[in-house]
Amino acid sequence: MQFSGGKMRKQRLAGDQRSACYPHSLQFYLQPPSENISLIEFENLAIDRVKLLKSVENLGVSHMKGTDEYQNKLEAELRRLKFSYRENLEDEYEPRRRDHISHFILRLAYCQSEDLRRWFIQQEMDLLRFRFSILPKDKIQDFLKDSHLQFEAISDEGKNLREQEIIASSPSLSGPHLDMETIYKIPFADALDLFRGRRVYLEDGFAYVPLKDIVAIILNEFRAKLSKALAVTLHSIPLLLSDENQRLQPLLNHTGHSYTGQDYSTQRNAGKISLDQIDLLSTKSFPPCMRQLHKALRENHHLRHGGRMQYGLFLKGIGLTLEQALQFWKQEFVRGKMDPDKFEKGYSYNIRHSFGKEGKRTDYTPFSCLKIILTNPPSQGDYHGCPFRHSDPELLKQKLQSYAISPGGINQILDLVKGTHYQVACQKYFEMLHNVDDCGFSLTHPNQFFFESQRILNGGKDIKKESIQPETQPKPSAQKTKDASSALASLNSSLEMDMEGLEDYFSG
Amino acid sequence: METFDSADLPELLKLYYRRLFPYAQYYRWLNYGGVTKNYFQNREFSFTLKDDIYIRYQSFNNQSELEKEIQKMNPYKIDIGAVYSHRPSQHNTVKLGAFQAQEKELVFDIDMTDYDDVRRCCSSADICSKCWTLMTMAIRIIDRALKEDFGFKHRLWVYSGRRGVHCWVCDESVRKLSSAVRSGIVEYLSLVKGGADIKKKVHLSEKIHPFVRRSINIIKKYFEEYALVGQDILEDRESWDKILALVPEMMHDELQRDFQKCQSSLQRWEHLKDTASKYQSNNKNDKCGPWLEWEIMLQYCFPRLDINVSKGINHLLKSPFSVHPKTGRISVPIDLQKVDQFDPFAVPTISSICHELNIISTNEEENEAESDVKRKTRGYKKTGLAPYVKVFEQFLEKLDESRKGELLKKSDLQKDF
Repeated sequence: MQFSGGKMRKQRLAGDQRSACYPHSLQFYLQPPSENISLIEFENLAIDRVKLLKSVENLGVSHMKGTDEYQNKLEAELRRLKFSYRENLEDEYEPRRRDHISHFILRLAYCQSEDLRRWFIQQEMDLLRFRFSILPKDKIQDFLKDSHLQFEAISDEGKNLREQEIIASSPSLSGPHLDMETIYKIPFADALDLFRGRRVYLEDGFAYVPLKDIVAIILNEFRAKLSKALAVTLHSIPLLLSDENQRLQPLLNHTGHSYTGQDYSTQRNAGKISLDQIDLLSTKSFPPCMRQLHKALRENHHLRHGGRMQYGLFLKGIGLTLEQALQFWKQEFVRGKMDPDKFEKGYSYNIRHSFGKEGKRTDYTPFSCLKIILTNPPSQGDYHGCPFRHSDPELLKQKLQSYAISPGGINQILDLVKGTHYQVACQKYFEMLHNVDDCGFSLTHPNQFFFESQRILNGGKDIKKESIQPETQPKPSAQKTKDASSALASLNSSLEMDMEGLEDYFSG
Repeated sequence: METFDSADLPELLKLYYRRLFPYAQYYRWLNYGGVTKNYFQNREFSFTLKDDIYIRYQSFNNQSELEKEIQKMNPYKIDIGAVYSHRPSQHNTVKLGAFQAQEKELVFDIDMTDYDDVRRCCSSADICSKCWTLMTMAIRIIDRALKEDFGFKHRLWVYSGRRGVHCWVCDESVRKLSSAVRSGIVEYLSLVKGGADIKKKVHLSEKIHPFVRRSINIIKKYFEEYALVGQDILEDRESWDKILALVPEMMHDELQRDFQKCQSSLQRWEHLKDTASKYQSNNKNDKCGPWLEWEIMLQYCFPRLDINVSKGINHLLKSPFSVHPKTGRISVPIDLQKVDQFDPFAVPTISSICHELNIISTNEEENEAESDVKRKTRGYKKTGLAPYVKVFEQFLEKLDESRKGELLKKSDLQKDF
């Protein structure tokens, strides 16, 4: 097979030939690696990459992306972890190789759930964006060519004709004239990230993109390729990890899970909550997003689709059984003016569906903070979303006052919100609500809020969250060279698979 | 016009589906020239029967099968879904996961209930001629962008039968769009953002995108008559306080004083514009951006789209020429050339057209020579439905022309090689 060819070549690589493998400090990861590596290297690369992506995430939260501080810190982090970052450096082969292989290892670990994929793609995109931003201008065309991305630049005439429109549409352009700026004309669908925020000029089905914004197109393409690749990887995992590759399984599971937390999908708490407890729990242990949904449901006897999804799955996660959920929603909706028959027809299907009893029978997982904050913002008549992200500061303040949070606490929370640290703000709320100085966890999920709250209120008994991870992992032995990479390589040959659902997840 | 009584619906539907429903045109639309194999056969229809009994995944081999089934079931409502990988009627027989929605028109649903915070005349399902202007503006704004910005050629606008409008974009390339791109298009077309917890729902950036500018130009044509006169949005203290909530606080005292002195919304609006520009010229505070006037106009007039309807390829939408079971009105295509004149209250109801047909039939029975077939094909032509079917036919003509153009291009290409 082709891999053996790759191996032979590798042995003879030296000097110039080595740099031919990786012509740039950044890559589109089109080809999986084809060399043999030891398990120990496999593990180390995985850990370093996770550290890197975690830094990318943290820097993105604490700094504005693209500012000098962000750029400098990220560059320092890349240097520290020995990954490639800049063109024109001496002996870049090893850092680029590390970058390449570690990316593909994490694909294996992070393809396994929606939240993992979302997190991985987000960080990889930020990383690529950074690397592209420091790519010298004269290398851009080369990189585009190597990544199979080709765009057509428009003539000066075409440029002059649309000058004002293009300037008014592109936030990256300042100044009254286009002058030397190159403008590319591409089919609008390829410029999704630009046009959906109205950050590019559209005319007759084409987007007119200045060179500075081309990065958005590249990222769009990168995301599309990566999400597709992850879908393929997911379907290939059982094959890859059969037989001798089994040793990788615990390592991969550990790598993924330790960094995005639980998905709260399992029904281990099913039946531990009774319906008449919910009102009380909603004030004592629900995060504000769910408290608000609960209140709206009780007041209006109705919630729109987005609210039913967000709240319904949360309730499932805290332990409502299907029967309880049906009863709960029906009671409330009928209390409105809905006729019980209409409820049966219109809504109970959806509830059974969300418990995996209808349709494609997916057992849906409760939404994470990230999902609630980033996707499907509430509009008129909606109560879902994250109150810290989706409320006017003034109304948020009133809401917190009504929850009896101290004025000092409210100010702290509002400051966090101003800095767009919504989850930290919610964590602050948790601390105020439970009167603790430091909650001792980092909040990523509404159900986590609930379990942690219950743990405090019940002194660690009753509804108990399962320990996050077993402390010790079976340590993979490094007894002999293991061709983990052959597992990786065979991914590429996997056939196209169904993409149902995945598109939605990655479009957010 | 005959008044509609929902108790008569079962009888009326029988007549409507037997004699009036424009099957031929309907099939011609969804068959799209038969270019793609099984395109019509793999299309999902769903029927809502009496007492909200809902049947999904109906599909038909041809026009006559569709006709027979509709006449047998007499559905209260017909919805159109996606074109699937397999026949929807056989979806249980294919492997789980293999049955996939593949293509659908890009659809938009604009519903008057989403405007409740800015309508003063009606609420929820009610509409009147005063608030219908909102729909007129919505159609003009969205249609312009679909045509000029996105380059979509085949856009069918349809009155939903009650309180809103739908748009079906039918270009071949559009039917293939992914749901990510569909939601991107809706985002591009959305300016009013935020739920009950956000008062100010429109924020313009310093640079005004051509889409926003062109939309504002459309609203300007209607704003005075619709908002200031019709809705009287600055009529009394209660109504102008709602608008002041969108205005920076430093202007409140002055405006309150001015507003009380004025006689009408028109005058108050002039004051608001003057005050805004005054503050803007001597204050760099970004809250007082130059666009305050526009932001208010947009919040009160700009279309509000339901993203979920447009996003999902498998989302169902009420079919054109379906009957609205509550109002009895037919869901009819809207002539874009005459969108300002479109009157939802003049749209024929199932009662009115069935009545028209009965009168004709009684006359016709006197000369019995007419064959059944002839009567069937001509049914709608003698009723108030005819002009709307005509609009639909013009839309179909254009689809045919495009298709012929495409075929020619393809055959030219082949000759080259």
